[in-house]
Amino acid sequence: MYVSTSSAFKSNAARELKNADLQTALGKARGHFIDGRQTAVDRLPEFDALRDRGRDIKNHVIEHLDFYLETFEENVRKAGGHVHWARTAAEAQAIVLDICRSVGATSVNKGKSMISEECGINDALEANGIRAVETDLGEYIIQLRGEKPSHIIAPAVHVTRAQVETSFREAHTHLDPARNLDEPPTMLDEARGVLRKKYFEAEVGITGANFLVAETGTSIIVTNEGNGDLSQLLPKVHIALASIEKVVPTLEDTATLLRLLARSATGQEFSSYTTLSTGPRRAGDPDGPEQYHVVLLDNGRSAMLGTEFQDMLRCIRCGACMNHCPVYQSVGGHAYGWVYPGPMGAVLTPSLLGIAEGGQLPNASTFCGRCEEVCPVRIPLPKMMRHWRNHEHEAHLSPGGYRVGLGLWAFFARRPALYRLAAGLQARLMARLARQRGRFSSLPLAKGWTRYRDLPAPEGRTFQSLWAERRRGGGA
Amino acid sequence: MTQSKRVGLFVTCLVDLFRPTVGFASVKLLEDAGCTVEVPAAQTCCGQPAYNSGDLKDTKAIARQVIAAFEDYDYVVAPSGSCAGMIKHHYPELFADEPDWAQRAHHLAARTHELVSFLTDILGVAAVASAHAGTVTYHDSCSGLRELDVHDQPRKLLASVDGLHLREQEDAHVCCGFGGTFCIKYPDISNKMVEAKTANIVATGAETLLAGDMGCLMNMAGKLQRDGAGIRVRHVAEVLAGMADGPAIGEAAHKNGEAVGE
Amino acid sequence: MSAARDQILGSVRKALGRDGPVDAGTAERLRAGIAAHARNIVPKRTDLDRPALLDLFQTMAQNVHATVARVARMDDVPAAVGDYLKGQNLPAQIVMAPDPTLDGADWGSQKLLEIRRGVPVESDPVSVTSAAAAVAETGTLIMNSGPDHPSTLNFLPETHIVVLPASRVAKSYEDIWDQLRGQMAERGGLLPRTVNMVTGPSRSGDIEQTLLLGAHGPRRLHIVLVGDGEET
Repeated sequence: MYVSTSSAFKSNAARELKNADLQTALGKARGHFIDGRQTAVDRLPEFDALRDRGRDIKNHVIEHLDFYLETFEENVRKAGGHVHWARTAAEAQAIVLDICRSVGATSVNKGKSMISEECGINDALEANGIRAVETDLGEYIIQLRGEKPSHIIAPAVHVTRAQVETSFREAHTHLDPARNLDEPPTMLDEARGVLRKKYFEAEVGITGANFLVAETGTSIIVTNEGNGDLSQLLPKVHIALASIEKVVPTLEDTATLLRLLARSATGQEFSSYTTLSTGPRRAGDPDGPEQYHVVLLDNGRSAMLGTEFQDMLRCIRCGACMNHCPVYQSVGGHAYGWVYPGPMGAVLTPSLLGIAEGGQLPNASTFCGRCEEVCPVRIPLPKMMRHWRNHEHEAHLSPGGYRVGLGLWAFFARRPALYRLAAGLQARLMARLARQRGRFSSLPLAKGWTRYRDLPAPEGRTFQSLWAERRRGGGA
Repeated sequence: MTQSKRVGLFVTCLVDLFRPTVGFASVKLLEDAGCTVEVPAAQTCCGQPAYNSGDLKDTKAIARQVIAAFEDYDYVVAPSGSCAGMIKHHYPELFADEPDWAQRAHHLAARTHELVSFLTDILGVAAVASAHAGTVTYHDSCSGLRELDVHDQPRKLLASVDGLHLREQEDAHVCCGFGGTFCIKYPDISNKMVEAKTANIVATGAETLLAGDMGCLMNMAGKLQRDGAGIRVRHVAEVLAGMADGPAIGEAAHKNGEAVGE
Repeated sequence: MSAARDQILGSVRKALGRDGPVDAGTAERLRAGIAAHARNIVPKRTDLDRPALLDLFQTMAQNVHATVARVARMDDVPAAVGDYLKGQNLPAQIVMAPDPTLDGADWGSQKLLEIRRGVPVESDPVSVTSAAAAVAETGTLIMNSGPDHPSTLNFLPETHIVVLPASRVAKSYEDIWDQLRGQMAERGGLLPRTVNMVTGPSRSGDIEQTLLLGAHGPRRLHIVLVGDGEET
């Protein structure tokens, strides 16, 4: 299991803000994702209409999730594949281990899969003497660094070129230490060479699935490198891990979502490799896996149905929200402490881990609304974060100081006459204290503000009192 | 002769407490455009601090107060995208389960507007008669931009101000890091965001920063002043109303045309 | 296992306010929906006549760093392939799909090309396959697994050359789905095991967002577009 540090978000964030390498890496990545998406969106006049359709398709599936899962399962079986159901991460681990043991696997090739992160698949494999080899370049880099992904699409977005070089030099000891390794193309070639051999060693290949097509019993991966494809074509066994909300009714519905996905994620019109996998190889196929397994994972999704968080199940894992989020862009993905960072992580993490563990994340937002603005399936992310804040308030989980302070504010705000008195006093007092400069560099009870910025002083009278005076004076 | 539009001014708590000048500038703009402006005394706050902290009970109590105080006006206008957005979008949501209040909330929401967009989109104001010599840059506050589509309107009116030159800042539409209680709860992150914002502001070389929301303005002014950037910060209504002669946000009162103290 | 299945489906149903599966009427309606597989919004970008459609395909493919050469007939293909390899300074060693489409060309005419037909091995530098279809909307090639097309040919060699008869260029992904359904009878009522939708060569942006080609799949994707699509 991926052990979370989400409850330490604030201290995580403080640390990451001082992380110079991270800040450099984030600065370089930002424009690419944002401008890339905008360019792709500008080139497709139907994009906004597709978002509406995508939202409607996902809502329809969610409302009939059991039906579509059963249809999917039936069609996987028709194609000669197997479907396994996992209630929890532990069950998913057990299923994967069983399959691996059944073919005597000593090594497993991994295509990128956030579900496998969520379920701690690699740790389970390693603990049972089976080597897990991450083949996606970004995942490979962080595997060398002993890190977790910091983004759901670009797992190594937090790593600088220099850091990649360091990791490669440390790990690829079979290569000439005097070799030149400062250009990215050279690094890519080196990784390609190292991983190529491993493709032929694994008995099992594990991928995720961006979509599961009920109509045909098909799992789909959307990638750019080709590693997910090699991981499923060369080994004897292909396991596709997917959470239950990934199912989509038809190929046509899938096409709609595919048109939204790459554009929202990286600004590509379509990924280099979008692959439909249906069952094991057929008689007469010269290559392909002999066995095909789909592991359907619940792990908290069914508990989101029928709640105010149901809309979150529409998420197609594009990453646009975090690419546009100023908070994510400031602290990076690791600060969020678990598998899913950024706005979608802020909504999903408390759902999957509980509010006590994940509760800070929905608080770390200004509700600027950019995430909702770019979400391809129109998830109202700020609203869901606000729902979590409701839950925390009702459960008295918000920090005591804020609760008292806000309670006091509300007390006055509900009593206009009293409020006007108090506001008038405060305006006069603060204006007097700041008379010379018109602002405060420090102020008791305002340390959070004045640590980094001055606090402008009030003009000295409230508008209400001045307005009342003006009216009394006969002014219009 | 058409009947003058009766506007209830929603002052906003920050304008009321920190900067009444903005309230008077709003009144002037509305009156110049032919409205009759009243300021209901029974207003304090739109309830957003409670709302965004998850306290629905207090939010609703405050909202009921606002609805009752303002529902008889032709229009409700606020010099703030976030307060106008709260009333327009969130009040109806708040009372989704209470049909009577929901109806009243919808009724109010339909007639509630942010100040500048009210002038241009509802009253058809295309130009203002004021002057402001100098360069300004404009920050798009998040709620106004994304909840209420306020973007072109302030720029249109600023373009009509005699002598004013607008320089667009990079990422004008990116959050300044205020976010209500966010800047207090997560000061480090808020600071990072406002640092990025002020860097973009300073890079324009503009003398004055304008925006339509006091929260954002106080946040950015506070940071610019801590950094000694020397850029003046005002609410856009002050410039549009030709009332931008007094101290800027966070500046001491003037004496003989010079700022007192530092 | 079955307990997990029952529990998951049970949780789903309960959360959606049902005691059990959807009622018979709803199930029928949903099944009909699948059988009808209605098209959603298909971008108008591909509402073009044939020549413009082929140009669109070429432009989109080139935008993602595939290279495209146009030849008039199948007979021109071997020379086009030979020229490409020579021009790129690549070895003239080809592993070729055992695809009847490719049999239509006289490969023997290119004496310098060493050709082996079948499944690729690690050391094969160049593969040649056809594509079952292509999508002009995004410059995408469609390659289906089958006796005449080992899917590994699309991924293992560093250079992948795809012979694409112009008549196979379709407008949208939806056209491809119709095609695949039309072919289901020959495939036991199923899709092929693997349908590869390939748009440009392999790429990665994982090192400081620098666009790099040839991460694991082919570094080069060369498309030889044959004919003008007017012939049947």
